[in-house]
Order: sequence, then C-alpha cells, then structure tokens
Amino acid sequence: MSSLYEEIATPPASDVPVRRVTINVNGEPRTVDVEPRLLLAHLLRQGLKMTGTHTGCDTTNCGACTVLFDGRPIKSCTMFAVQADGHNVETVEGLASASELHPIQEGFKEEHALQCGFCTPGMMLAAKALLEKNLNPTEDDVRWALSGNLCRCTGYQNIVKAVLWAANKMRAESI
Amino acid sequence: MYPSRFGYESPRTIEEAIALLDRGAGEAKVLAGGQSLVPMMKLRFASPEMLIDINNISGLRYHRVDPDGSIHIGALCRHEDLVDSDAIAKHQPTLAAAAPLVADPIVRTRGTFVGSVCHADPQGDWAATMIALGGRIVAQGPKGKREIEMKDFVLGPFQNALAFNEIAIEAVIPAPQGVAQGGYLKLERRVGDFATASVAVALDMVGSKVVRAGIALAGVGGKTIDASDAASVLVGNALTEEIIRKVAEQTAAAAQPRTDHRGSADYKRQIVRTFTSRILTGITNSSQKVA
Amino acid sequence: MSLDEIKIGGMGASRRRVEDNRFIRGKGNYVDDIVLPGMLHMEILRSPLAHARIKSIDVSQAWKVPGVQLVLTGEMMAARNLAWMPTLSYDTQAVLATDKVRFQGQEVAAVIADDPYIAKDACSKIIVEYEALPVIVNPIQAMAPGAPLIRDDKENQLNNKVFDWEIGDKAKTDKAFAEADTVSKLELHYPRSHPSPMETCGSIADYNRATGKLTVYMTTQAPHIIRAAVAMVAELPEHMIRIISPDLGGGFGNKVPVYPGYVISILASILTERPVKWIDDKTGNLISTHFARDVYLQGEMALRKDGKILGFRMHTISDHGAFFSDAQPSKFKIGLLHSTFACYDIPVAHLTASGFYTNKAPGGVAYRCSFRVTEGMFFQERMMQAAADDLGMDQAEFRRMNFVKDDDFPHRTPFGFLTDSGQYGKCLDVGLEAIGYKDFHQEKEEAKKRGRLLGVGISTMTEPLGAGNSREYDILGIKMFDSAELRVHMSGKAILRTGAKSQGQGHETTWAQIVAHELGIPADDIVVEEGDTDTAPFGMGTYASRSTPVAGAAVAMVSRKIRAKARKIAAHLLEVSEEDIEWELGRFYVRSAKENGVTIQECAMAAYSNVPDGMEPGLENNAYYDPPNLTWPFACYIVKVEVDPETGVWDVLKVVAVDDCGVRINPMIVEGQIMGGLTEAYAAASMQYITFDEDGNCIGSNYMDYLLPTAWETPGFELHEVVTPCPHHPIGAKGIGECATVGGPAAFVNAVMDALKGTGVRNIDMPLMPNRVYEAITTKKDISGMPPVRLDA
Repeated sequence: MSSLYEEIATPPASDVPVRRVTINVNGEPRTVDVEPRLLLAHLLRQGLKMTGTHTGCDTTNCGACTVLFDGRPIKSCTMFAVQADGHNVETVEGLASASELHPIQEGFKEEHALQCGFCTPGMMLAAKALLEKNLNPTEDDVRWALSGNLCRCTGYQNIVKAVLWAANKMRAESI
Repeated sequence: MYPSRFGYESPRTIEEAIALLDRGAGEAKVLAGGQSLVPMMKLRFASPEMLIDINNISGLRYHRVDPDGSIHIGALCRHEDLVDSDAIAKHQPTLAAAAPLVADPIVRTRGTFVGSVCHADPQGDWAATMIALGGRIVAQGPKGKREIEMKDFVLGPFQNALAFNEIAIEAVIPAPQGVAQGGYLKLERRVGDFATASVAVALDMVGSKVVRAGIALAGVGGKTIDASDAASVLVGNALTEEIIRKVAEQTAAAAQPRTDHRGSADYKRQIVRTFTSRILTGITNSSQKVA
Repeated sequence: MSLDEIKIGGMGASRRRVEDNRFIRGKGNYVDDIVLPGMLHMEILRSPLAHARIKSIDVSQAWKVPGVQLVLTGEMMAARNLAWMPTLSYDTQAVLATDKVRFQGQEVAAVIADDPYIAKDACSKIIVEYEALPVIVNPIQAMAPGAPLIRDDKENQLNNKVFDWEIGDKAKTDKAFAEADTVSKLELHYPRSHPSPMETCGSIADYNRATGKLTVYMTTQAPHIIRAAVAMVAELPEHMIRIISPDLGGGFGNKVPVYPGYVISILASILTERPVKWIDDKTGNLISTHFARDVYLQGEMALRKDGKILGFRMHTISDHGAFFSDAQPSKFKIGLLHSTFACYDIPVAHLTASGFYTNKAPGGVAYRCSFRVTEGMFFQERMMQAAADDLGMDQAEFRRMNFVKDDDFPHRTPFGFLTDSGQYGKCLDVGLEAIGYKDFHQEKEEAKKRGRLLGVGISTMTEPLGAGNSREYDILGIKMFDSAELRVHMSGKAILRTGAKSQGQGHETTWAQIVAHELGIPADDIVVEEGDTDTAPFGMGTYASRSTPVAGAAVAMVSRKIRAKARKIAAHLLEVSEEDIEWELGRFYVRSAKENGVTIQECAMAAYSNVPDGMEPGLENNAYYDPPNLTWPFACYIVKVEVDPETGVWDVLKVVAVDDCGVRINPMIVEGQIMGGLTEAYAAASMQYITFDEDGNCIGSNYMDYLLPTAWETPGFELHEVVTPCPHHPIGAKGIGECATVGGPAAFVNAVMDALKGTGVRNIDMPLMPNRVYEAITTKKDISGMPPVRLDA
C-alpha cells in the first residue's frame, strides 16, 4: 500500500474489467489494479508517476516509450500493462545506481547526445540493450540497433558517439 | 492512442486458450506479439471484445531445424530470435535475409513470426517468405490439429483461413530438396516503413540446377502475390543470365501494384524486376564460389 | 593568477549542458509530466472531411459516458464569442467549427473527462452529420475561376486569395533582362512538411476562480506572445494570466502559434473550475498544427555570358491552408523569403508573391525556416545550379565569381537587406577541399563502370537571423526586441532570466557562458530560467534563430551594466577613483598596482554590505535589446551521392558543412544545431513530406506516412568552421540554429541532379524518393510534386 486513502471519484461501472497485477519495476515489485486496456506506458507515467518514459506517436514508430522488458527493449505504448504481470520492467529511472550514473547516461552528456531530451530515455535504454548483447559494437551496429528510436534534434551522430563512449568505458571497467 | 475496452484472459495452456476462443464466438482475438494488433486497437481500427494473451503458455517460443532439414517455428518465436539464429543463417537464406528487415529492432523483440503470417498484411515480409518457401501453418482447434498450406492460408488482405476458434501454433518450412538458396530484398524508404515492394525468392538447388522454386511479392497487390508460375521457369534449369532475365520479367508481370504516393504501378514492377534479378544473380555468384 | 575563461565555462568552452542533468535521469518536466490536483483530460474530435458543411452535431451520447465532465461544441463556443480567434497574421481561425469544416483534421468538438481513455470513448460517441463540398488541395485549384469559396465566413472575401505582395524594382529589373546575354529559368514546388517535434503540443489550463488568475502550462516557444494573445481572446487582464512554458520536447516553430486546443482547454477550465489538460496526439499534431513550406517558386536569372548575374525575378505562390495564421513579422507577407540571393552581388531584382487559401491545415512559417528563408535559399541554390549548367560553367566557380566580396560589407541587397560580414570564398574553399572536389571527376567515371551515377551538390548561402530591428519588425504590433534580467547574489552566484525559451538549444548552458565571459563568474554559479511570464522579462520567444542574436545580446548588455556598477563598488573598496580601475576576467584591479584588486564576488558581497554613499544596494539589472540589424551567418554545404539508376535509390556518400556564424559561444552546441539541421535537410530531400489526395485526405498525418529518417539512413557529417565576427553584435555572434535546415536541402538535391546530369532533367520536386528519381531518369522529364497525389482506386 502506498497511500492510506485514495478516493475514486467515479467508481468504475460493474462491467469494467479490472485486474490486479504485480510488475517488478526497476527492481521493486509494484502492485496495481488496472483495466486491461491501459497501456504499459500510461501505467508507468500516470499510475506509477515515473514520467521519464515518454509517448511521442500513435503508430508504434518513434520509440520514445522504450523500456526494457525482461532485459529486451520494447515499445511500452504497444503493450498492455496487464501483459507485464510477473515480469521485469526497467525504465530510465532505474539506469543510475544510488551513487552513480550509468556509463550510457554519462556518455550522452559527455558527447552532447541530447538537445530537447524527449527521445533520450528510450534511446538510452535501447543502447543499454545493445551493449548487453554486444559490448564492442561498430558504428553501424549502433545505428542499426537504434533505428527504432527517432530523434528530431541531434542528427544521431552524437548519439552514436555517446554509445561508443559508454561501450569503451564499460569494457574498461569490466577488465 | 486509447483503445476501447476489452476483456482479457491469460491462459496457461493451448487447450485453455482454444476453449476461450471458442467461447468468444468470434469476438475474441489472440494476443501474441501484439505489434500489429495493438497499434490497430489504439487507432480503434480493431476493437475485439476479448483478448486472449498466449504469451504465458510455455513451450511455444522455439525455432529449430530438424535433422530432415525442415524448419519448425513456434507461435511465440520472436522476429529477433530468427535474426540471431545461427541455424537459420546456415540453413535458410530467404528467412535469414528477411528477418532483419521486419519492422524495426525494438518491434522485433516482441513481434512473432507466426503472428505476422496470420496477420496477412499485403505488405508483410513473412507471409511473402512463407509462400515462396511453400510453407504451411499448423492450426489447433477444439477438434485437434490440422495443417494449412500457405497458398491456402492467406485469403485476402488481413484475412487468413483460421477458424474463429483456432490458433496457429507452428509454422513449418518443408525440408529443401537439395541446398536451400534464396534471398529477400525490400524497398523501404526508411527502417520500419511499409515496403514499396519486396521480393522473396526461395530455391532448392542440386548442384547448379534448380529443383524447386518459389517467388512471392509483398506490397504490390491487394494481398501477398504468389509468383510461383514465374518461378516455375527456373525448375530444371541452371541460373543463366537469360533465364534470370525471363523470370524477372515474368515476376514483374505477376505483380498487381497500385499507383500511390510510393510510386507508380510501373515503378513498382520495375523494383520487382530488379530485385528478382539481383537475388537470382546473387545466388549464382555465391553458388559459383561454393562450386 | 588570472582566470582561464574556458575553465570557468566562458565563451568558446564546449561546456557540458546543465539541462542534461535532469534529462538523462528522466526527470524532465514536460507539460504531460505535470499533474495538478483535480485535473481533467481533454480530447478533441476532428473532422474526417476536408471541406464540408456541418448539418448537425449530436453530443447527447457523449455526455452519458461515466466520467465525462463537459462536452464543448462550436455552438457553445460561439455563445461565448470564442468560436473564432484572431491569428498572428490578422486573420481569424476557427476554434471549434460552427458552419463548415475547412480542412481534414479541423477541430469540431471537445470532451473533458476524468481520464483520457474516457474522453476518447466519449468522443467516439459524438455524431456529426456532414454535407461534403468540393475540395481544393493546391493554389492552382484555389485561383481557378469558379473555385469554391473556402472562407465564406469572411466579409468581403470574394475568392481564395489571401494576399498579393511585391518588392524590388521592376523597371530596373526588366532592363537588366533586356540587356542579358542569356536567361535561365526554374520552376519548382517546395513541398509541405511539418516540424514534428517529438513532443506534440499541449496545455494545462488552470483557472482559479477565487483569485481570478489563469495559469496555463503550455508547449510554447513564445510565452509572452501567448499571454498577450490569451488576454485578447479570453478577455482576461494581462496581469492575471500566467503562461508557464516548462521543458519542451522540441519546437522548430511548431510551438509558436495559438492553437484551438489551448483556447478550448482554457474555456474548459473556466467552466469546470478545475485544471484541464490537453495533450495532442501525433496525428492531431501532424494534421492540424502549423505545417511548413508548401510554396511554388518560379524564377529567372539574367546572365552575362561570362557568368555575372545581372538581375533576377521571382514569383511565389504560397499555400496557406484554410486560415492565414503565419507567425512572422507583420510587414512581410512571405516572411523574409526576399533575402534570397543575398550572398551574391546582384544589382537589381523584383519579387512578386501571392498567397491562397486551400482546404488544408493552416500555417506555412515553421520548421526552422527563419521566416520562409528555407524556401528562398532552396530556390536560390537550385537556380544557381541550373544557371551554371546553362552557361556550361563549373558549379563552384559560378558561385564564387558572383559572391559578395570580403571587403564589400556592409552590403545592400536589391531588396533592402544589409548583410554584415563574411568570407564566402574561404568557406567555399574549405568545403571543396573537404569533399575532394578536384578528384571527383575520376570518382564519377569509376562509379559509372559499376553502373552507378555519382553527383556532387553545392549549396552556399547567407541568411538573416535575429529578427529584428524595431523600425521594420513586429508581430501584432509588438516590436521584436528581447530581454535579460540578471541578479547577482551576495556570494557572487547569480540568477539570469531572459525572454527567450529554449526547446533544446541549451540556453541554460550557453547564456551562463556569456555572463561568465562578461563578468568572470563561473558559469556553474549562474542559474538560468526562461518561460514563466510572471518572472521572465518580456521577450518575443525563441524561433527563427533569433535568440543568440537578440536575447544573447541582451545577456551581454545586462552583464555589462552589472559590471559598470561593480566597477564603482570596486573603486570604493580599493579606495581609488573609477578612472584608476582596470578589469580582467573576474577581477577589478588598480592600474598602477595590479596585485591590488577585488574579485567580482567581493564586489557582489559589498553590494549588500558596503556600498559607497549615495549608491543603491544590490547588484542586478535588466536589458532590452533592439538589434540594429539582423546577423548574417554564411554556410557552404556540399554533398556527394551515388544513384542506382535501376531503382532510383540514392545513397549519401559524404556530407561536408562549413559554417561561419561568427563567434561561437559553445562550439559543441553549435555543432549539435548544425547536425540536427543537416538531418532535417536530408529528410526533406529524401523522404519527408505531406501530400493530399483529390478528396483532401492528408497523407502524412502519422509516422507511417510522414517519414523521419532513423539513425540508419541518416548520413554522418563532417563539420568545418570559419569565424567572421558580427560587427554589430556585442559578442560578435551570429545566429546558427536554422542554417543547415535552410541551406542543406539544396545540397542534397543538387547532388542527385548532378548525378542525373545529361538526362535533360531540370528539376525533381522534393522529396526525391526513389520512384521520382527513377521516373526522371527513364522519362527524361521534370517531376512535379504538386498535390493531389494520384492514387489508383
């Protein structure tokens, strides 16, 4: 329970189906009652108040809503929250540890890989998924892995540099 | 952006899923990858009353190449499983060529091969690949399993031959008679775009001779185009420049493209012609290297 | 002893961005992230038809959906005099349709409910009966005799013309043409596109009945303009309106105008007495908010046989959609398009322009266009290529011989602009060297053997950035100055507020660098705020690359005012007269005894604890900057492409960019702006556009049809720098944000056209999609992109 009291202004009609689900978000189990039609992106943003995950289109193209689902990148606007019951979800809020930024976050700042910041969380998580599979990607590998995430501001070149910067640091740290 | 209301079930076995579909009397839809269904629901182009989520049924996420050379792809095999598969890269060049071109890398982690084939989008890569390969779908319903040949499976745009209470549980690609050769080329203006046109070529070759040939086209007709008549010219022959030109021409003629903002009908035919020729020429070049 | 300016984050430092700290943690504060207690959600119902009379609207079923609080129609808006609103171009625009809908996607009704899902459910229960009318999708149809009248709501509007406009000297230009050895002509369409920032438009309107204050969180690049507009439209007093523009997920000009959604959300909040949030979806954003371009350009160039340009004339036909709502300086009907050809020394020119209504979304001035300079510069460089080809001259040398020379500044253009400084020839040299221009012919021959066509395209231009001086520039009568307010705290830390509004340009980082440069206060010690009209000094916002030229200048000027007061304090602390004081970065010292000095921080402390007699305490000031002129950066973009003639597909082999934007405050950020702009240029040239079928259906209202390039298609960029300071700007800087978007597209198109040289094709309208390139190669005819697009049934 995260609150002692929460008034429901308009109680859902009896024919509105509601399910209780438990989703492990950034390592912490979160239990919520949701309608099946609630998109995972909306549960994260409005339900769990984690607004780092963004919605930027209505046709599953832009990738601003990318989160990691059991370690793999998915577009959270194209999954219902109920589908995440019992699964692990990682959002941008879970990237940094208590004391340190993730090398990807550091790399994005170091290489000026963001301007308005709207595509950034999704972009970083897609990059994280890539580096977990391949810690020594080429520039082409990076561009290909990020081709499901649209950016309007940067022209992608610095994003690629940032991911390679992070890969470099992560390789060095893993020795 | 906001789908209409629906009921939701998450069965743990196939039988349970089929029973739910049966009870749904046609108002229920299977949710596998969801990468085609959910976007349609968000735009309210589809409003099923019930979704039956099969993602929690174990034993469905597999793909394998059997000793006899046939390929079996389970209902929950994700696109990226095929992209990453060494077995597919080794044994099935048409599939291996198409896999990285499906949608985008993020959609590929969820979308399923079988789901995509069932979706029967005229611009879909997998339906075209399956037709070229002469594949079939294994469907399971209340009365048990049956197999549906790909050419009988796609009935029209977004229409397949499954009964309302059947689930496609596996896709099968028959063992090649000889060595499987092939390729897939897709003209998309950017990653994730619908195909302006794409060509799937699947050949079984013994030495330099073609013993089976399948060609299918996406994006150039009201449904996936089966260009097997054009492909049949190849059977019994080696891949000479002349034969390749002839097949490319006939394949282009088999296309039924429409003029739209992606190009004129003639242009799309030109793409079909060029891609068919390039795939076949590529096979010639690589099999020459092997030989 | 003295401070290292780069180390303290002054000018020239590639200071890492302050904004990033929150964005990389997912702690940005965009409008949709904001939650107010009791907040409701609004969804807009849009018209499926492009031109139709509304026969009836039945909202009864929508009201019945549980959770619905309010349903608004045009009729209800009209009862409150809010069905129409004024635009920034002195026209009117429908907020909610009453009589007719005039473009597909136009706002027809709105539902306000407990959550957005319910609002959408209720919207789908609204029944509208339409009577379809004939549709106009291009200006040729609009001007045809007997064409249906789109704006029958306007008194005295007898046809679909919006304006006629003219500039230049026709008689002198005609004379130049009469004396020309040859005349080159070109005609093209710059297609409709859309800024499409990743974040759409939205607002949270919060009217507090107890206090009478209206607070609106809004995606706006110009919060003060919005406050003025809302005061007009809502008839609320200006001081009781607070516009807060928080973090913006991109703007590119899409977030300058007042949209119906904002107005409806404000009324909804007033009526429900609760905050009302409206966040547009991507379809709504693409189909109804300000598009960009959609201009037909025809021109001719009078040439001497040695290649000297003697004069030019142009006619533009602009498609404004259903409402004339361009956000541009009011004196100019086609923005600053007449800055075209400004980098070339041409004595005479004449330009005429006509604008038309069509059944499409309103707009035109947007998407990093510098007020339609994109259209002007695209035509310019396409025309230059055509003329060079006609003359049989080399592309680069034709440009070079016509450039304004380095010692010819300030230079008056035939349309009255005064360009400020530049080294155009040097930039061209750097670009040609970098692209390997000398060896290109051989490269081309080798590619031909592989069956591929290579081409090199050049685009050079200077453009007017930093609108603008009060003599000539205003929007709705408000002059286009900008402002900065700086307060230095007693410990020498400071807070700076400006009238600009960053949407990703990094003002929180760069403005502090200017202050650091002027005052020696480390940039990390300066917090920068923008966007809240209750606290920010009045400014005209950030668009058209005006912020560094205008707001940045104001930041420099206010810093100098602070320094002037601090100097007096320093003299007092050092017990000398002011004439004996010298300044070095961060420190005042006695000229005759350099070791005798006080830091700026010590002066700040003294401002609160030890001011000289007669001086007011405190160390703060503001500055309003009326720029004496626009700034004129120069760019040379060169692109190399390879075309596959069998498919029409073209690949970019290399992109070289040489930018001269004067002094660069933060080189890293400048390069980021250029790369973003080059990507937009590539997008426009290759795949990105909005078109219409003959029924007015919009093709390009979602990301499946409106194509943005991904990291995979987007080429890499090689950037070069030349620095020619701006002579009239306090820190020598010029604008830069839009240069690559403005100058870039022609480089890509010229490259493809160069590859097709010899086919006899003069023009392929953008975007140069593979099918268009193929058709040009095979038919050897020009390819037009004018809508309607042909669709087989």
